[in-house]
Amino acid sequence: MPLVTMTVNGTAVSAEVEARTLLAEFLRNDLEMTGTHVGCDTTQCGCCTVHLDGVGVKSCTVLAVACQGAQVLTIEGLATGDALHPMQAAFREHHGLQCGFCTPGMIMSALDMVRRKGHDLDERLVRHELEGNICRCTGYHNIVKAIQAGASAMKGA
Amino acid sequence: MYDFQYLRPATVDEASRVLATQPDARPMSGGMSLLPATKQRLSHWSAIVDLGGVAGLDEIRMEHGALVIGARARHVSVLSSSVVRAAIPALAELAEGIGDPLVRNRGTIGGSVANADPAADYPAALLGLGATVVTNHREIAADDLFTGLFETALEAGEIITAVRFPVPKRAAYAKYRHPASRYAVVGAFVAETAEGVRVAVTGAASHVFRVPAFETALSKSLSQDALVGVTPAYGDLNADLFASSEYRAHVIGEMVRRAVQACLHPSTPSRNA
Repeated sequence: MPLVTMTVNGTAVSAEVEARTLLAEFLRNDLEMTGTHVGCDTTQCGCCTVHLDGVGVKSCTVLAVACQGAQVLTIEGLATGDALHPMQAAFREHHGLQCGFCTPGMIMSALDMVRRKGHDLDERLVRHELEGNICRCTGYHNIVKAIQAGASAMKGA
Repeated sequence: MYDFQYLRPATVDEASRVLATQPDARPMSGGMSLLPATKQRLSHWSAIVDLGGVAGLDEIRMEHGALVIGARARHVSVLSSSVVRAAIPALAELAEGIGDPLVRNRGTIGGSVANADPAADYPAALLGLGATVVTNHREIAADDLFTGLFETALEAGEIITAVRFPVPKRAAYAKYRHPASRYAVVGAFVAETAEGVRVAVTGAASHVFRVPAFETALSKSLSQDALVGVTPAYGDLNADLFASSEYRAHVIGEMVRRAVQACLHPSTPSRNA
Protein backbone atom coordinates (compact mmCIF):
# COMPACT_ATOMS: atom_id res chain seq x y z
CA MET A 1 0.00 0.00 0.00
CA PRO A 2 1.21 3.54 -0.67
CA LEU A 3 2.78 5.40 2.23
CA VAL A 4 1.45 8.90 2.71
CA THR A 5 2.97 11.60 4.87
CA MET A 6 1.32 14.91 5.61
CA THR A 7 1.12 17.52 8.35
CA VAL A 8 -2.17 17.58 10.24
CA ASN A 9 -2.72 20.48 12.62
CA GLY A 10 1.01 21.07 12.77
CA THR A 11 1.99 17.47 13.47
CA ALA A 12 3.68 15.27 10.88
CA VAL A 13 1.73 12.04 10.36
CA SER A 14 2.43 9.05 8.20
CA ALA A 15 0.54 5.87 7.33
CA GLU A 16 0.19 3.19 4.71
CA VAL A 17 -3.20 3.56 3.06
CA GLU A 18 -5.07 2.08 0.14
CA ALA A 19 -5.07 4.39 -2.86
CA ARG A 20 -8.84 4.68 -2.57
CA THR A 21 -8.69 5.99 1.00
CA LEU A 22 -10.36 9.38 1.23
CA LEU A 23 -8.81 12.16 3.26
CA ALA A 24 -11.88 12.10 5.54
CA GLU A 25 -11.40 8.37 6.15
CA PHE A 26 -7.69 8.85 6.77
CA LEU A 27 -8.39 11.52 9.38
CA ARG A 28 -11.16 9.58 11.10
CA ASN A 29 -9.97 5.98 10.84
CA ASP A 30 -6.19 6.15 10.67
CA LEU A 31 -5.62 9.21 12.85
CA GLU A 32 -8.75 8.69 14.96
CA MET A 33 -9.54 12.38 14.66
CA THR A 34 -13.30 12.18 14.48
CA GLY A 35 -14.04 15.90 14.55
CA THR A 36 -14.25 15.82 10.76
CA HIS A 37 -17.70 14.41 10.02
CA VAL A 38 -19.02 12.58 6.99
CA GLY A 39 -22.66 13.41 6.44
CA CYS A 40 -23.51 12.54 2.87
CA ASP A 41 -20.40 11.09 1.26
CA THR A 42 -21.60 12.59 -2.04
CA THR A 43 -19.78 15.94 -1.95
CA GLN A 44 -22.87 17.91 -1.00
CA CYS A 45 -23.22 18.39 2.75
CA GLY A 46 -19.83 19.91 3.62
CA CYS A 47 -19.64 18.30 7.09
CA CYS A 48 -16.21 16.95 6.13
CA THR A 49 -14.72 20.34 5.25
CA VAL A 50 -11.05 20.78 6.18
CA HIS A 51 -8.35 23.09 4.91
CA LEU A 52 -5.84 21.58 2.51
CA ASP A 53 -2.79 23.80 2.06
CA GLY A 54 -4.87 26.67 3.40
CA VAL A 55 -7.90 26.14 1.15
CA GLY A 56 -11.29 24.76 2.17
CA VAL A 57 -12.07 21.37 0.59
CA LYS A 58 -14.53 18.56 1.11
CA SER A 59 -12.30 15.85 2.53
CA CYS A 60 -14.71 13.10 1.43
CA THR A 61 -13.77 14.01 -2.13
CA VAL A 62 -9.99 14.15 -1.86
CA LEU A 63 -7.75 11.10 -1.94
CA ALA A 64 -5.45 10.80 1.07
CA VAL A 65 -2.56 9.79 -1.20
CA ALA A 66 -3.02 13.02 -3.14
CA CYS A 67 -2.20 14.93 0.07
CA GLN A 68 1.40 13.76 0.19
CA GLY A 69 3.42 16.57 1.76
CA ALA A 70 0.34 18.73 2.32
CA GLN A 71 -0.66 20.86 5.29
CA VAL A 72 -4.08 19.87 6.61
CA LEU A 73 -6.06 21.84 9.18
CA THR A 74 -9.07 20.22 10.85
CA ILE A 75 -11.53 21.40 13.48
CA GLU A 76 -9.27 19.85 16.14
CA GLY A 77 -6.52 22.27 15.16
CA LEU A 78 -8.42 25.49 15.84
CA ALA A 79 -8.52 25.90 19.61
CA THR A 80 -5.46 26.90 21.59
CA GLY A 81 -5.56 24.73 24.70
CA ASP A 82 -8.88 25.49 26.35
CA ALA A 83 -9.30 28.75 24.46
CA LEU A 84 -11.72 28.36 21.56
CA HIS A 85 -10.92 29.91 18.20
CA PRO A 86 -12.97 33.13 17.75
CA MET A 87 -15.17 31.39 15.16
CA GLN A 88 -15.83 28.48 17.52
CA ALA A 89 -16.59 30.93 20.33
CA ALA A 90 -19.02 32.79 18.06
CA PHE A 91 -20.90 29.56 17.27
CA ARG A 92 -21.26 28.93 21.00
CA GLU A 93 -22.25 32.51 21.77
CA HIS A 94 -24.87 32.68 19.01
CA HIS A 95 -26.20 29.15 19.42
CA GLY A 96 -25.01 28.36 15.91
CA LEU A 97 -25.79 24.68 16.30
CA GLN A 98 -28.57 22.37 17.27
CA CYS A 99 -27.45 18.72 16.96
CA GLY A 100 -23.93 19.85 16.10
CA PHE A 101 -23.23 17.32 13.37
CA CYS A 102 -22.64 19.90 10.64
CA THR A 103 -20.77 22.28 12.94
CA PRO A 104 -17.15 21.27 12.23
CA GLY A 105 -17.77 21.70 8.51
CA MET A 106 -19.66 24.95 9.04
CA ILE A 107 -16.76 26.38 11.03
CA MET A 108 -14.05 25.25 8.61
CA SER A 109 -16.13 26.59 5.73
CA ALA A 110 -16.68 29.86 7.58
CA LEU A 111 -12.93 30.27 7.97
CA ASP A 112 -12.46 29.67 4.25
CA MET A 113 -15.12 32.32 3.67
CA VAL A 114 -13.16 34.81 5.79
CA ARG A 115 -10.01 33.95 3.85
CA ARG A 116 -11.72 34.66 0.53
CA LYS A 117 -14.13 37.45 1.47
CA GLY A 118 -12.64 39.21 4.47
CA HIS A 119 -14.04 40.05 7.88
CA ASP A 120 -17.05 42.18 7.03
CA LEU A 121 -19.60 39.68 5.78
CA ASP A 122 -23.19 40.71 5.18
CA GLU A 123 -25.97 38.22 5.76
CA ARG A 124 -26.77 37.73 2.09
CA LEU A 125 -23.15 36.94 1.27
CA VAL A 126 -22.83 34.46 4.13
CA ARG A 127 -25.98 32.64 3.07
CA HIS A 128 -24.76 32.51 -0.52
CA GLU A 129 -21.29 31.34 0.46
CA LEU A 130 -22.72 28.60 2.69
CA GLU A 131 -24.12 26.79 -0.34
CA GLY A 132 -21.73 23.91 0.17
CA ASN A 133 -22.74 23.20 3.77
CA ILE A 134 -26.01 21.63 4.78
CA CYS A 135 -27.55 21.78 8.27
CA ARG A 136 -30.31 19.21 8.55
CA CYS A 137 -31.64 20.86 11.70
CA THR A 138 -32.06 23.83 9.34
CA GLY A 139 -30.60 26.12 11.97
CA TYR A 140 -29.10 28.43 9.40
CA HIS A 141 -30.30 31.63 11.00
CA ASN A 142 -27.97 31.40 13.99
CA ILE A 143 -25.18 29.85 11.93
CA VAL A 144 -25.22 32.95 9.72
CA LYS A 145 -25.18 35.23 12.76
CA ALA A 146 -22.32 33.22 14.29
CA ILE A 147 -20.24 33.44 11.13
CA GLN A 148 -20.74 37.19 10.85
CA ALA A 149 -19.77 37.65 14.49
CA GLY A 150 -16.86 35.21 14.29
CA ALA A 151 -15.46 36.86 11.18
CA SER A 152 -15.68 40.22 12.88
CA ALA A 153 -14.06 38.91 16.07
CA MET A 154 -11.17 37.45 14.06
CA LYS A 155 -10.26 40.96 12.93
CA GLY A 156 -8.86 41.75 16.35
CA ALA A 157 -7.43 38.29 16.95
CA MET B 1 -15.10 2.68 -4.11
CA TYR B 2 -13.14 -0.07 -5.85
CA ASP B 3 -9.41 0.20 -5.30
CA PHE B 4 -7.10 1.38 -8.05
CA GLN B 5 -3.49 2.21 -8.60
CA TYR B 6 -2.65 5.84 -7.86
CA LEU B 7 -0.14 7.53 -10.11
CA ARG B 8 1.06 11.09 -9.93
CA PRO B 9 3.20 11.89 -12.96
CA ALA B 10 5.20 15.11 -13.10
CA THR B 11 4.68 15.83 -16.79
CA VAL B 12 1.89 15.65 -19.36
CA ASP B 13 3.99 13.31 -21.50
CA GLU B 14 4.45 10.87 -18.66
CA ALA B 15 0.70 10.96 -17.86
CA SER B 16 -0.13 10.48 -21.53
CA ARG B 17 2.12 7.42 -21.82
CA VAL B 18 0.37 5.70 -18.91
CA LEU B 19 -3.09 6.57 -20.20
CA ALA B 20 -2.27 5.42 -23.73
CA THR B 21 -1.11 2.00 -22.50
CA GLN B 22 -3.77 1.42 -19.83
CA PRO B 23 -7.23 1.67 -21.38
CA ASP B 24 -8.89 1.50 -17.97
CA ALA B 25 -6.79 4.24 -16.44
CA ARG B 26 -8.39 7.64 -15.95
CA PRO B 27 -6.83 11.07 -15.62
CA MET B 28 -7.93 13.13 -12.62
CA SER B 29 -7.66 16.90 -12.31
CA GLY B 30 -9.65 18.36 -9.40
CA GLY B 31 -11.56 15.10 -8.94
CA MET B 32 -14.84 16.85 -8.15
CA SER B 33 -16.75 14.71 -10.65
CA LEU B 34 -14.47 11.70 -10.95
CA LEU B 35 -14.30 10.85 -7.26
CA PRO B 36 -18.06 11.07 -6.54
CA ALA B 37 -18.76 8.86 -9.58
CA THR B 38 -16.05 6.41 -8.55
CA LYS B 39 -17.30 6.30 -4.98
CA GLN B 40 -20.74 5.33 -6.20
CA ARG B 41 -19.10 2.53 -8.18
CA LEU B 42 -20.51 4.04 -11.33
CA SER B 43 -17.03 3.63 -12.71
CA HIS B 44 -14.00 1.48 -12.00
CA TRP B 45 -10.44 2.30 -12.98
CA SER B 46 -7.23 0.28 -13.10
CA ALA B 47 -5.40 3.46 -12.23
CA ILE B 48 -6.16 7.08 -11.45
CA VAL B 49 -3.56 9.33 -13.00
CA ASP B 50 -3.52 12.46 -10.85
CA LEU B 51 -2.56 15.50 -12.90
CA GLY B 52 -2.09 17.46 -9.67
CA GLY B 53 1.65 16.93 -9.88
CA VAL B 54 1.95 18.50 -13.33
CA ALA B 55 3.14 22.08 -12.92
CA GLY B 56 2.34 25.05 -15.12
CA LEU B 57 -1.07 24.18 -16.52
CA ASP B 58 -3.04 26.71 -14.51
CA GLU B 59 -2.07 29.99 -16.14
CA ILE B 60 -4.74 32.45 -17.28
CA ARG B 61 -3.58 34.94 -19.90
CA MET B 62 -4.42 36.86 -23.07
CA GLU B 63 -2.67 35.62 -26.20
CA HIS B 64 -3.15 37.23 -29.64
CA GLY B 65 -6.44 38.73 -28.51
CA ALA B 66 -7.83 35.44 -27.19
CA LEU B 67 -8.32 34.38 -23.58
CA VAL B 68 -6.28 31.28 -22.77
CA ILE B 69 -7.10 29.36 -19.60
CA GLY B 70 -4.82 26.54 -18.49
CA ALA B 71 -6.61 23.21 -18.05
CA ARG B 72 -5.74 23.00 -14.36
CA ALA B 73 -7.06 26.47 -13.54
CA ARG B 74 -9.55 26.01 -10.75
CA HIS B 75 -13.05 27.48 -10.90
CA VAL B 76 -12.16 29.87 -8.08
CA SER B 77 -9.21 31.16 -10.14
CA VAL B 78 -11.39 31.74 -13.20
CA LEU B 79 -14.16 33.51 -11.29
CA SER B 80 -11.72 35.77 -9.47
CA SER B 81 -9.37 36.46 -12.40
CA SER B 82 -9.20 40.10 -13.45
CA VAL B 83 -8.06 38.91 -16.88
CA VAL B 84 -11.21 36.82 -17.32
CA ARG B 85 -13.45 39.57 -15.89
CA ALA B 86 -12.01 42.06 -18.37
CA ALA B 87 -12.18 39.82 -21.43
CA ILE B 88 -15.27 37.64 -20.94
CA PRO B 89 -17.15 38.55 -17.76
CA ALA B 90 -19.86 35.99 -18.61
CA LEU B 91 -17.26 33.25 -18.20
CA ALA B 92 -16.29 34.44 -14.72
CA GLU B 93 -19.97 34.58 -13.79
CA LEU B 94 -20.50 31.07 -15.11
CA ALA B 95 -17.58 29.79 -13.02
CA GLU B 96 -19.06 31.50 -9.97
CA GLY B 97 -22.21 29.39 -10.35
CA ILE B 98 -20.53 25.98 -10.48
CA GLY B 99 -21.19 23.72 -7.49
CA ASP B 100 -20.37 25.50 -4.24
CA PRO B 101 -17.34 27.42 -2.93
CA LEU B 102 -15.57 24.28 -1.70
CA VAL B 103 -16.04 22.53 -5.03
CA ARG B 104 -14.89 25.67 -6.84
CA ASN B 105 -11.73 25.66 -4.70
CA ARG B 106 -10.79 22.31 -6.19
CA GLY B 107 -12.51 21.66 -9.54
CA THR B 108 -10.78 22.66 -12.77
CA ILE B 109 -11.90 23.78 -16.22
CA GLY B 110 -9.99 21.01 -18.00
CA GLY B 111 -11.51 18.36 -15.79
CA SER B 112 -15.02 19.68 -16.31
CA VAL B 113 -14.58 19.84 -20.08
CA ALA B 114 -13.02 16.37 -20.38
CA ASN B 115 -15.71 14.85 -18.16
CA ALA B 116 -18.43 16.24 -20.48
CA ASP B 117 -21.22 15.93 -17.97
CA PRO B 118 -24.48 16.61 -19.85
CA ALA B 119 -25.45 19.20 -17.22
CA ALA B 120 -22.06 20.85 -16.65
CA ASP B 121 -21.68 24.60 -17.20
CA TYR B 122 -18.32 24.99 -18.93
CA PRO B 123 -19.29 23.00 -22.04
CA ALA B 124 -21.98 25.62 -22.74
CA ALA B 125 -19.37 28.37 -22.61
CA LEU B 126 -16.97 26.49 -24.87
CA LEU B 127 -19.62 25.79 -27.47
CA GLY B 128 -21.30 29.18 -27.11
CA LEU B 129 -18.06 31.08 -27.54
CA GLY B 130 -16.64 28.80 -30.22
CA ALA B 131 -13.62 27.98 -28.09
CA THR B 132 -10.70 25.76 -29.06
CA VAL B 133 -9.47 22.99 -26.81
CA VAL B 134 -5.72 22.56 -26.80
CA THR B 135 -4.43 19.07 -26.00
CA ASN B 136 -0.98 17.51 -25.86
CA HIS B 137 -1.59 16.26 -29.42
CA ARG B 138 -3.68 18.82 -31.30
CA GLU B 139 -6.32 21.52 -31.20
CA ILE B 140 -10.02 20.62 -31.25
CA ALA B 141 -12.84 23.06 -31.99
CA ALA B 142 -15.53 22.97 -29.30
CA ASP B 143 -18.00 22.17 -32.10
CA ASP B 144 -16.16 18.86 -32.61
CA LEU B 145 -15.35 18.03 -28.99
CA PHE B 146 -18.61 17.03 -27.32
CA THR B 147 -19.87 13.86 -28.96
CA GLY B 148 -22.24 12.24 -26.48
CA LEU B 149 -23.16 11.51 -22.88
CA PHE B 150 -19.87 11.93 -20.98
CA GLU B 151 -18.17 11.41 -24.36
CA THR B 152 -15.69 13.61 -26.16
CA ALA B 153 -13.44 13.41 -29.19
CA LEU B 154 -10.45 13.04 -26.86
CA GLU B 155 -8.43 9.90 -27.61
CA ALA B 156 -6.57 7.59 -25.24
CA GLY B 157 -3.61 9.42 -23.79
CA GLU B 158 -4.89 12.77 -24.99
CA ILE B 159 -4.88 15.38 -22.22
CA ILE B 160 -6.36 18.86 -22.35
CA THR B 161 -3.70 21.45 -21.56
CA ALA B 162 -5.66 24.68 -22.15
CA VAL B 163 -8.84 26.18 -23.54
CA ARG B 164 -8.64 29.19 -25.88
CA PHE B 165 -11.66 31.50 -26.00
CA PRO B 166 -12.13 34.13 -28.70
CA VAL B 167 -13.38 37.33 -27.05
CA PRO B 168 -17.02 38.01 -28.00
CA LYS B 169 -18.62 41.43 -28.41
CA ARG B 170 -20.92 40.43 -25.57
CA ALA B 171 -22.05 37.23 -23.96
CA ALA B 172 -24.11 35.89 -21.07
CA TYR B 173 -24.99 32.61 -19.43
CA ALA B 174 -28.38 31.93 -17.86
CA LYS B 175 -28.87 28.82 -15.82
CA TYR B 176 -31.87 27.19 -14.26
CA ARG B 177 -30.05 25.16 -11.73
CA HIS B 178 -31.06 22.18 -9.72
CA PRO B 179 -31.34 23.46 -6.15
CA ALA B 180 -29.47 20.52 -4.58
CA SER B 181 -26.84 19.54 -7.13
CA ARG B 182 -26.31 23.03 -8.61
CA TYR B 183 -26.05 21.40 -12.01
CA ALA B 184 -28.01 22.96 -14.83
CA VAL B 185 -31.52 21.64 -15.36
CA VAL B 186 -31.10 23.89 -18.39
CA GLY B 187 -28.36 26.41 -19.07
CA ALA B 188 -28.04 28.66 -22.11
CA PHE B 189 -24.94 30.53 -23.23
CA VAL B 190 -25.52 33.31 -25.75
CA ALA B 191 -22.57 35.08 -27.40
CA GLU B 192 -22.42 37.78 -30.03
CA THR B 193 -19.26 36.95 -32.00
CA ALA B 194 -17.67 38.34 -35.14
CA GLU B 195 -19.40 35.57 -37.12
CA GLY B 196 -22.84 36.10 -35.63
CA VAL B 197 -24.68 35.02 -32.52
CA ARG B 198 -24.05 31.58 -31.06
CA VAL B 199 -26.45 29.83 -28.69
CA ALA B 200 -25.36 26.74 -26.74
CA VAL B 201 -27.56 24.77 -24.38
CA THR B 202 -26.48 22.43 -21.59
CA GLY B 203 -28.45 20.21 -19.21
CA ALA B 204 -31.16 19.47 -21.73
CA ALA B 205 -29.83 16.55 -23.78
CA SER B 206 -27.11 13.90 -23.79
CA HIS B 207 -24.56 16.61 -24.43
CA VAL B 208 -24.31 20.33 -25.00
CA PHE B 209 -25.74 21.52 -28.33
CA ARG B 210 -26.32 24.65 -30.40
CA VAL B 211 -29.73 25.95 -31.44
CA PRO B 212 -29.53 27.17 -35.06
CA ALA B 213 -33.06 28.62 -35.07
CA PHE B 214 -32.23 30.96 -32.19
CA GLU B 215 -28.82 31.78 -33.67
CA THR B 216 -30.34 32.84 -37.01
CA ALA B 217 -33.01 34.96 -35.32
CA LEU B 218 -30.59 36.60 -32.87
CA SER B 219 -27.94 37.21 -35.55
CA LYS B 220 -30.47 39.45 -37.33
CA SER B 221 -31.21 41.31 -34.12
CA LEU B 222 -29.88 40.56 -30.66
CA SER B 223 -33.11 41.34 -28.87
CA GLN B 224 -35.91 39.63 -27.04
CA ASP B 225 -38.28 40.60 -29.87
CA ALA B 226 -36.21 38.49 -32.27
CA LEU B 227 -37.12 35.41 -30.24
CA VAL B 228 -40.87 35.89 -30.55
CA GLY B 229 -42.41 33.09 -32.56
CA VAL B 230 -39.16 31.15 -32.88
CA THR B 231 -39.89 27.57 -31.85
CA PRO B 232 -36.87 25.35 -32.51
CA ALA B 233 -37.40 21.65 -33.13
CA TYR B 234 -35.27 19.75 -30.66
CA GLY B 235 -34.13 16.17 -30.90
CA ASP B 236 -34.35 13.97 -27.83
CA LEU B 237 -34.42 16.16 -24.75
CA ASN B 238 -33.77 14.74 -21.30
CA ALA B 239 -36.72 13.74 -19.18
CA ASP B 240 -36.13 12.88 -15.54
CA LEU B 241 -37.38 13.31 -12.02
CA PHE B 242 -36.75 17.04 -12.20
CA ALA B 243 -38.13 18.04 -15.58
CA SER B 244 -39.99 16.50 -18.50
CA SER B 245 -38.66 17.02 -22.00
CA GLU B 246 -41.57 19.37 -22.80
CA TYR B 247 -40.74 21.44 -19.74
CA ARG B 248 -37.04 21.51 -20.65
CA ALA B 249 -37.94 22.71 -24.15
CA HIS B 250 -39.85 25.58 -22.57
CA VAL B 251 -37.04 26.39 -20.13
CA ILE B 252 -34.49 26.50 -22.97
CA GLY B 253 -36.49 29.33 -24.54
CA GLU B 254 -36.68 31.13 -21.21
CA MET B 255 -32.96 30.73 -20.43
CA VAL B 256 -32.07 32.00 -23.91
CA ARG B 257 -34.37 34.97 -23.34
CA ARG B 258 -32.71 35.71 -19.98
CA ALA B 259 -29.24 35.36 -21.48
CA VAL B 260 -30.19 37.79 -24.26
CA GLN B 261 -31.50 40.19 -21.66
CA ALA B 262 -28.24 39.90 -19.72
CA CYS B 263 -26.25 40.53 -22.94
CA LEU B 264 -28.23 43.73 -23.50
CA HIS B 265 -28.15 44.82 -19.86
CA PRO B 266 -25.06 43.30 -18.24
CA SER B 267 -26.12 44.31 -14.74
CA THR B 268 -29.20 42.06 -14.95
CA PRO B 269 -28.70 38.96 -12.83
CA SER B 270 -28.93 36.04 -15.21
CA ARG B 271 -28.50 33.22 -12.74
CA ASN B 272 -31.28 32.11 -10.49
CA ALA B 273 -29.22 32.41 -7.34
